[in-house]
Amino acid sequence: MSNKNKGKKPNGEVDEVTGTETTGHEWDGLKELDTPAPRWWLTVWLITIVFAIGYWFVYPAWPSVSGHTKGLFGWTQYTKLKAEQKEIIDRQGAYLAKFHKETFEQVAADPAVYEFARSGGAVVFKENCAACHGTGGEGRKGYPNLNDDDWLFGGKVDTIYHTIQVGSRSTDPDTHATMMPRFGDILKPDEIQDAATYVLQLSHGQPAQPGASWIRGQAVYAANCVSCHGEDGVGNRDLGAPALNDAIWLYGGRRDDVVESVTNARAGVMPTWKHRLSDDNQRMLALYVHSLGGGE
Amino acid sequence: MVQLFAKAEKIYPQRTHGLFRTLKWAAMAVLLGIYYAAPWLRYDRGPHVPDQAILIDLVGQRGYFFGIEIWPQEVYLLVGILILAAIGLFFATSLLGRVWCGYACPQTVWTDLFVLVEHIIQGDRNARRKLDAAPWSIGKLWKKILTHVVWLLIGLATGGAWVFYFNDAPTLVDGLLHFDLPTLTWTWILALTLSTYFMAGFARENICKYACPYARFQSAMFDRDTLIISYATERGEPRGKHKLGTDWEGKGHCIDCTACVVVCPMGIDIRDGLQYECISCGLCVDACNHVMEKMLLPKGLIHYDTENNQKRRSEEIATKVPASRGRMKWIRPRTVFYATILSFVGALMLSAIILRTETDLNIIHNRSPLYVRLADGDIRNNYQIKVLNKTHVDRDYTVSIEGMTPAEIRLLAAGDVAVPSLKVPANSVGEFRVQLIDHTDGAARVPITFILKDPVTGKVARHVSYFIRPQN
Repeated sequence: MSNKNKGKKPNGEVDEVTGTETTGHEWDGLKELDTPAPRWWLTVWLITIVFAIGYWFVYPAWPSVSGHTKGLFGWTQYTKLKAEQKEIIDRQGAYLAKFHKETFEQVAADPAVYEFARSGGAVVFKENCAACHGTGGEGRKGYPNLNDDDWLFGGKVDTIYHTIQVGSRSTDPDTHATMMPRFGDILKPDEIQDAATYVLQLSHGQPAQPGASWIRGQAVYAANCVSCHGEDGVGNRDLGAPALNDAIWLYGGRRDDVVESVTNARAGVMPTWKHRLSDDNQRMLALYVHSLGGGE
Repeated sequence: MVQLFAKAEKIYPQRTHGLFRTLKWAAMAVLLGIYYAAPWLRYDRGPHVPDQAILIDLVGQRGYFFGIEIWPQEVYLLVGILILAAIGLFFATSLLGRVWCGYACPQTVWTDLFVLVEHIIQGDRNARRKLDAAPWSIGKLWKKILTHVVWLLIGLATGGAWVFYFNDAPTLVDGLLHFDLPTLTWTWILALTLSTYFMAGFARENICKYACPYARFQSAMFDRDTLIISYATERGEPRGKHKLGTDWEGKGHCIDCTACVVVCPMGIDIRDGLQYECISCGLCVDACNHVMEKMLLPKGLIHYDTENNQKRRSEEIATKVPASRGRMKWIRPRTVFYATILSFVGALMLSAIILRTETDLNIIHNRSPLYVRLADGDIRNNYQIKVLNKTHVDRDYTVSIEGMTPAEIRLLAAGDVAVPSLKVPANSVGEFRVQLIDHTDGAARVPITFILKDPVTGKVARHVSYFIRPQN
């Protein structure tokens, strides 16, 4: 190392080994050398200060009483975000334009547009539908599982789209409005128990030796239920009457659940999405729901 | 008055000749040759794939190195390369000292090149010093301007070559000639032109001294058996002027000519012993050997040697034992350690490249819901499946399941269309949905393996997953 500083400062203490003056600060016997910074280092440091001052003017920097300085070019994170969003929306535009004018059949035949729509539908679903139907459309008691192959109103893309539009027992004039009556007001508790026996057997399979309750229940069913739920409980999609002969129970498949359903009736409500979502979004949703696995 | 800064002394390294200078020229020629020429090498990979031997295709998300092709999913290979580079540096350093710094580091190579330009235009050390000290004149001005112009041109070539690694070189040259390149490419060319100009033209040894972390932590790889540039104190001291033909009695072999100091690109005096600035380039060895030759003395007053050798030699001299030859202890715990890691990681990398599959399979079992009960009581599980077809031909894969025999396997492509097999175009990723349907009774969690088979080559890719049924 250079010894040029040696003896330059007569009042300072000079370290013997390096020839550099000390600052006079001492910690546990160690003294700090007052080695000058290299000139280039100081230069870079000064440049960064100048750069920082430039920064104040170019970007929003200083708070004021009513807001903050705006910067020379009006740059904000928000305008940057807007610009980036615009770029993405422009990129989506090409797909969206195609999707907008294509029918469901045409979309299905166009893999790129289909995947675009399905991804869009997934996002719309998570924002709007997941609250009731679950993040994966798995549903829960009273809210149908959209993954299975049991549909109240039909599982084709068109019918799903229609259901999204009008909802179920919603404010829309075209909504799926039929309701099951409270059979607690019509039937005696014993009759309801018998009907439950019959209905459960529809799902589980007819017993080899029908019991007395089953035989009575069959009569109750024929008199009260068959008009909507159909012969052998096949259901009726025009009315939204669920099939009773399958393994899927929207309100639970135990005897108590069935008795409760018959006694007090059930009337699940889904709002109309016509006015909340754009038509494109509703169609994307229909494609997405259809693709969950139960689509017909 | 507090001294705020100390001006760094400009170093004017003198040209020298000899073994190590020749080695440095050779290293410079080879390394710069590789850097500038490599993007021009072609390698035929078939149609629709770039034919550039070394290419980092950021847009297409592929890395190409001759026969090796890397997808973003295989970026762990990059980690391997970085480990190899780091441990390789440690290994070389523990054996040979900072030879990387002295011969191969880009900072050293480009600085050497820039000094060569200075030397050609402005002359050697003394001429350059004189020129800097002289008042401004036409002669000085044009020499200076010419130097900086050449430096900038080298910088431009450096930046220009850099972008070739990320684009098809011939196409890019065409764009360059027509001034028709993306802004990003221009930015890179400009950035590397300027950084080369500043780093090799001005910053030079200051980078090694103040900025480079490797320079500092390489000292941790040193031990007493590491080769370092050594001044043979016991032979050289006491130093002093010597007139040829006079007696050496009582005098050391160092004639204090400072030849070793003036050639040093780091501006140090190696006779002060090992210093953190020393980049082990050996130019002082060449310089001193010339002087020793003229003095009719054996070479090697300054030479590559280990601390242990130096110590032993001093002891031998002190005890009047005839001096033995220097010994190199290659096998030491740290060299063995580095070599072991190096070969382990190297073997891993090699096997990763050799065993690289043409097809990769990724399967995600849908978690929401884990299973779906169907109307007829059967259970369905949904899977998202991604097939990476890394070959350059279109493939049509069949899917089978090991571990259970599901009642139904349904493959769904875009459009919710059931397909008999998975068609994945060349060099791309295919995304599908797979549904497995089975009866409700059976284990709640069945481990299964998806097997993807390419019927043409018979090659298979496997992925472990599971089939979930409701409990009870």
